[in-house]
Amino acid sequence: MMPLALQSTDRFRRIGALIRKETRQIIRDPSTIVIAVILPLTLLFLFGYGVSFDARRIEIGLVVEDPTPETGSFTASLTNSPLFAARTARDRHNFDSDLVAGRIDGIVILAANFAAQAARGDRAPIQVIVDGSDPNKATLVRNYLQGVWGNWLTQEAIARGERVTVPLTVVPRVWFNPELSSHHYLVPGSIAIILMLIGALLTALVVAREWERGTMEALLATPVGIIDILAGKLIPYFVLGMITMTLATGTALFLFKVPFRGSFAVLALMTAVFLTTALAQGLLISTLTRNQLVAAQSTMISAFLPSFFLSGFVFEIAGMPLSLRIISYAVPARYFVSGLQTLFLAGNVWSVIWPNLAGMAIIASIYITLTASKTKTRLD
Amino acid sequence: MSEALVRLDGVSKRFDATAAIAEMTTTIMGGGITGLAGPDGAGKTTLLRLILGLLKPDSGTLSVCGRDPISEASEVRDLVAYMPQRFGLYEDLTVLENLSLYADLRAVIGEDRRSAFDRLLTFTSLAPFAGRIAGALSGGMKQKLGLACALIRTPRLLLLDEPTAGVDPVSRRELWRMVRTLTSEGIGVVWSTAYLEEAERCERVLLMNDGRLVYEGTPSEITSRMAGRSFHVRNAGERRRAVLAAAAKMPGVIDGVIQGANVRIVLAAGATPPSAEDFKGLSLEVVPTPPRFEDAFVNLLGSATPAVSRLPTAADPATRSAGPVIEARELTRRYGSFTAADRISFAIGRGEIFGLLGPNGAGKSTTFKMLCGLLRPTSGEARVAGLDVAVQTSAARNRLGYMAQKFSLYGDLSVAQNLEFFAGVYGLTGAGRRRAVERVTDAFGLKRYLDTNAGTLPAGYKQRLALSCAVMHEPPVLFLDEPTSGVDPLTRREFWAHINALVHSGVTVMVTTHFLDEAEYCDRIALIYRGRVIATGSPDDLKASVRTPALSDPTLEDAFIALVEADDQKAVA
Repeated sequence: MMPLALQSTDRFRRIGALIRKETRQIIRDPSTIVIAVILPLTLLFLFGYGVSFDARRIEIGLVVEDPTPETGSFTASLTNSPLFAARTARDRHNFDSDLVAGRIDGIVILAANFAAQAARGDRAPIQVIVDGSDPNKATLVRNYLQGVWGNWLTQEAIARGERVTVPLTVVPRVWFNPELSSHHYLVPGSIAIILMLIGALLTALVVAREWERGTMEALLATPVGIIDILAGKLIPYFVLGMITMTLATGTALFLFKVPFRGSFAVLALMTAVFLTTALAQGLLISTLTRNQLVAAQSTMISAFLPSFFLSGFVFEIAGMPLSLRIISYAVPARYFVSGLQTLFLAGNVWSVIWPNLAGMAIIASIYITLTASKTKTRLD
Repeated sequence: MSEALVRLDGVSKRFDATAAIAEMTTTIMGGGITGLAGPDGAGKTTLLRLILGLLKPDSGTLSVCGRDPISEASEVRDLVAYMPQRFGLYEDLTVLENLSLYADLRAVIGEDRRSAFDRLLTFTSLAPFAGRIAGALSGGMKQKLGLACALIRTPRLLLLDEPTAGVDPVSRRELWRMVRTLTSEGIGVVWSTAYLEEAERCERVLLMNDGRLVYEGTPSEITSRMAGRSFHVRNAGERRRAVLAAAAKMPGVIDGVIQGANVRIVLAAGATPPSAEDFKGLSLEVVPTPPRFEDAFVNLLGSATPAVSRLPTAADPATRSAGPVIEARELTRRYGSFTAADRISFAIGRGEIFGLLGPNGAGKSTTFKMLCGLLRPTSGEARVAGLDVAVQTSAARNRLGYMAQKFSLYGDLSVAQNLEFFAGVYGLTGAGRRRAVERVTDAFGLKRYLDTNAGTLPAGYKQRLALSCAVMHEPPVLFLDEPTSGVDPLTRREFWAHINALVHSGVTVMVTTHFLDEAEYCDRIALIYRGRVIATGSPDDLKASVRTPALSDPTLEDAFIALVEADDQKAVA
């Protein structure tokens, strides 16, 4: 038996050698760079530019059955709004086919008795037809139109010199995302999803590759231990993942102009914990499958899809059935999405950050324990 | 040859339902080479992995250098070095980086490390390539680097898993020299191999089949049991295939193979050898020949009679027509600046077996693929049955049958479904398809396996099925890519019995191989090396071309090495 001190120097030397080996492979293998740099940036651009829940330039067909000064002023307020692009016609049938074909998002009809009814003010004299096949957008169109209508009514009243009696005025004041730009919460959320995918994919592929190429067998034939193998994989890809995160954060701040109100030190801490979870999950997948193709598919199904659907990134967790809400606690991205959105939009809110950090740390330790117990220095 | 390094006592290892190692009891001694021989799937790799503690035995006890490979894994792995199949190299690291990695893992540092690197780079002659990426090395050089990585810390026991598979004979001979040096220094070596002539050179041999030990002892002892039972039927020449087929049906003959112009037969114990008269008026000579290790193995595996093909043969053996059936004209294929095949030319006549012989990466497969229309030549022309393969690809493919190297049938379809499918692929329908399927089912004796899934067939039947599918449409030309690599000698003989019967009825066969005894079945061989044909001729011609006073009876392997070395010298000059 060797003295303990000597054993641990041997261990550090082995881990160092494995890290050096892995680093050389990363640098020489273009596919690793594609996964760590090109793939996350592509996804970030896709999420950042492609996905938006803000309706801008809603295409509207405006039917004015009987043009009067009143309809003229309403038309003006509609077309002046940056939210709408309106075309006008005299007959609703002119727009039927456009609505069916999706060329317009809704039809606004000012009926022949618009002026008379508006003057009486007894009931809403405009008809709005929206395309219900996209309920999200339909609701948006309806709400925006209601806003325009309300504004117009008030203006008309003022113009007529009447006193407007508004019993209650709601002045919305949005905290944390005053522009209500969906970008500002989608981009940090997507960073979490992307980092989960990249982290898990990197380690899932590399361990499976060693099995496929027969190098794992040669490694195991030497006195390496489980800790050496795990550390030799986790450390280099942890560094690579942190680089990916830096790139993604930079893109969010400087290209998408997402504000950042927290501190970078907390961001680094939270990323480190989350990345460990993602890498450990990849290692676990890889250890169980030993095959690159199966590992890649399992990563998509077990890391990417739950992160996408159950993290609150797009779909509100509070609105899910209980069973899904419970499952979502096992999805590490849930904690990171919430943590990132807080850091970017609100700041270092520790009451949010602590529970999230704890959630991720628990999942990470479960994965690492599982991986260590499944990794054997044997083949069977 | 003193101490026992490995002791197995009733060791078994199962994977799912199949026993990879069944109740094995043996001792492996130090100070020499122990050959671990047997066909693919015999359990050789499993045994090596058990010794190293990479697999845990289901039952039985195993001790390696006095230690338990499972509970004392790291001690065992300090004492035992292992070179897995495919050598276990990191192909994107350089030679030196691979060595450094294994040195760090095995804690070889400081002065020890420098001297180990010096010693190993000199030993393997890899010093000039220290900075080269391992993936860019030739097969032989990878094998040496794999060995160097395994030897970073001088082991008590070295395990080599099929170290020479797919490596050219020159590198193979060099590896033997290197390993001999190691055993003279007192290292015990276990050398697993599918080549029986390799096992014959070891001090001791463990012969395995189906997870069982069928023989252990010295190769000479078991070979000598076969004394007086091996004969050459000389001067068979053009008629050798007919002679082999006739001999196979004679009572007392248990094995027969073609060796150049001769037929080599092995008799059952106590049987009387056939006389020249038994071969109906052919001027043949039956002379005794020394027994080989392979004779003993075939005898152990217990075939009562040699393989006889039930393929219908034409009444008249095919007469060779004048025009070539397969022709390569200046075939060239380049990948960037690398020329995989360089102006390769040959012509193959009707009813001829033509072999492409060469180490991995020499250009065999490239040439082969251009001839069957799977790869477009950069320049030159490939003609099959009078058709330009590159131009009339599908017409030419209809005239050829192709059997790929790996088992390339649908493992989860039944034998009948595979046959139906391939008949359909070749455009056979209705009664034509039924007749074709019946014909091959009869000829290859597949009837009782018709409903069995192809993936679960015994190795020999997989081979039969693959051949059935390739000849379904009665092609005049048959392409075989390494048809019997890794199969046991009995299956290989049976396979060649079928091929010989097909050739007898006029089929032209082209085959690639790196089994030199398989090359003996060929009428002519083209030796391919570094993308060029360096020699063409019958096996006997090639042997004769290297005959010297010092080497009066060269084998095909001797011929191969001499021709390759002569070519290397020309390249240097």
